[in-house]
Amino acid sequence: MFHALVTLIRKELIALVSTRMGRIMLVTPVLLQLALFPFAATLEVKNSTLAIYNQDGGAASIELAQRLAAAKAFPVIINLYSEKDLREVIDRQRALLVVRIPSDFSRKLARGEVGILQALIDGRRSNSAQIAYGYAAQVVQAYSAERLGQTLPASLVVQNLYNPNLEYQWFVLPSLVAIITTVGCLMITAISVAREREEGTFDQLLVSPLTPAYIMAGKAIPGILVAIVQGSLIILAAVLLYRVPLSGSLLVLYGSMMCYGFALSGCGLFISSFCSSQQQAFLGSFGFMTPAVILSGYMAPVENMPLILRGISAIDPLTHFIIVVKGIFLKGYGLEQAWPHLWPLLAIGIVNMSLAYVLFKKRSGQ
Amino acid sequence: MTMLDVEIGNIKLRRLLALCRKESAQIVRDPSSILIAFVLPVILLLIFGFGINLDANTVRIGLVVEDTGAEARRFAQVLEGSRYFDVVHDSSRQHARTLLAAGEIRGMVVIASDFSAKVRQGKGAAAIQVLTDGAEPNTANFLGSYMEGAWQTWLGQRSIDAGQTPPPLAELSARYWFNPSTVSRNFLLPGSISVIMTIIGALLTSLVIAREWERGTMESLLATPVSRMELLLSKILPYYVLGIFAMALCVVMATLIIGVPYRGSLLALFVVGSLFLGSSLGLGLFLSTTMRNQLMAAQAALTAAFLPATMLSGYVFEISSMPWPVQLASYFIPARYFVSALQTLFQAGDIWPILAINAAFLLASSIFWLGLTVLKFGRRLDD
Repeated sequence: MFHALVTLIRKELIALVSTRMGRIMLVTPVLLQLALFPFAATLEVKNSTLAIYNQDGGAASIELAQRLAAAKAFPVIINLYSEKDLREVIDRQRALLVVRIPSDFSRKLARGEVGILQALIDGRRSNSAQIAYGYAAQVVQAYSAERLGQTLPASLVVQNLYNPNLEYQWFVLPSLVAIITTVGCLMITAISVAREREEGTFDQLLVSPLTPAYIMAGKAIPGILVAIVQGSLIILAAVLLYRVPLSGSLLVLYGSMMCYGFALSGCGLFISSFCSSQQQAFLGSFGFMTPAVILSGYMAPVENMPLILRGISAIDPLTHFIIVVKGIFLKGYGLEQAWPHLWPLLAIGIVNMSLAYVLFKKRSGQ
Repeated sequence: MTMLDVEIGNIKLRRLLALCRKESAQIVRDPSSILIAFVLPVILLLIFGFGINLDANTVRIGLVVEDTGAEARRFAQVLEGSRYFDVVHDSSRQHARTLLAAGEIRGMVVIASDFSAKVRQGKGAAAIQVLTDGAEPNTANFLGSYMEGAWQTWLGQRSIDAGQTPPPLAELSARYWFNPSTVSRNFLLPGSISVIMTIIGALLTSLVIAREWERGTMESLLATPVSRMELLLSKILPYYVLGIFAMALCVVMATLIIGVPYRGSLLALFVVGSLFLGSSLGLGLFLSTTMRNQLMAAQAALTAAFLPATMLSGYVFEISSMPWPVQLASYFIPARYFVSALQTLFQAGDIWPILAINAAFLLASSIFWLGLTVLKFGRRLDD
């Protein structure tokens, strides 16, 4: 029986890599995403344009405008000279943020009052505009602290653990290990069963001496293998090309990858157990994958979600795997810290596999 | 001679209609395509609308106060009173560090035992230590600026309590245009409509021609007098109608149920929506024609249409923050123009200069992909 299983797995792998197109499709998407994602998928605000409308001509306003213009966060500065320009710059999205210095600003400061500057934020891009606003506010705060000229009673020391310079790529690459392997593993398991159904070869498998459990293993293991190969590619690139520190144990990382592959191929088999065509399997796995990625905490923090979605996120295998991979890369996770997220993966895998097994058995009429 | 016998070039209306009917029957008969066109958009919009929240929100932090002095207590009170923090008290730094590593808290504040004493000395040696979870850079960034704010409040309260008037300061006040309540939903949802339309336009169609080849029905079709254009149009029109329906559903759902304001005209939406669908349908059909294998065409559509639509379209991730080669690449992504048009239509209204530029690019990309498909779509078995 074991020999039959190995043969089945070999057959699956041959089907994947036998054609040139098939080989290309296994590797190209991974490489393409590796090249694009770390640069594209960033909430960091860089190269943003600041527009300054100085209605005041006083010394204080010029000093402040110069300081804003010199800030590293704003390499491009547009100077505005009228209300009409200001409106147009925001309407046409030419600037992320406009700072308006009102005409009484310098006079108020000179009189010892609080001078108020106005920041006009493009609400269409609220996250980046708020971060840009934060940068501008820092410049203004530094300016007023200097004007105060007295020693402050205490200082605030902010230190970022695990990722001292808040490099976005350190966040993206470990998450990519999880996301890219999801696509490969899920699609291969779900679609390979559906293709056999569509082509009628599934019935031949069912009348072979293989039991449904072996057939399922034969479909799940190639998916897990592909996930591990693709995952290794990304880990290599993360460490060698993007210089993301890998502080935890590689052994735990591969162990977790297998747990995740198990959970995912369970989902894939479950989806395929009630699909009769490749289109259905593809759309089914897609309908699973998109919410899984959105709710995983990769695009926005899970803690900001409403309770129901947080609940769904807790049974999303991707959520757990992203935490583990990020933990192993950045926080030096060992088995002890990873375990709270590994057992949910195993549980998800077991539940899905069992459901798929029941459905397969029903179909095969045993 | 009836309307149906009209012939334009080598397109016969009667044959085209029959083919369209066949294609529509295939769509309606398969529950998965109905699911993807009408159920998935609703689910996705709900998840996009409520699941992705990038707004300033409450951050859970650990607070370790080792000092019992008044200065330390005052700072702790400022943190507890702030709506930005959910404060968890902790007695040991060690334990708070474990919570931080496990992701239970996103930052920790340590006030050392000599804090109040150092503040009283007045040499500026006192320090409040803040540690953030750098594994979540966006949250860490926000946490840093909230802390800055709490610290300013603390300084202000101290000087008021000491009977000093606050010294002259410059202050930056924020005013929002277009989305005054800064609900990130209002700018994310219009953008996410483009992702949903990509799913219908490119992913669904990536399968349709490859399926005919795989199942061998393409050969039967080729044996009939059906012309190349008729066959292609029969693949385009039903999916176009499906896409427009799905877009209407998305817009109704976003505005009426989720409550995102819409300020543009429906005509403008219809025009840019149609142009965008044209280019995604073209891309999907092109991949389907070239690959002739459903699995590969689907994977190619995911890589060539879906991922760029989520990553490079600027609906979550700011394009101007990307390095220039990636920015350059984004100009070739139709979703970029559609997202920009959608965000403008929803939040700002019909701002013609923006809409016209976007529509022009979408038109060009539709012509490009559909044209390429026509060229590639051979009627022969051996190519």
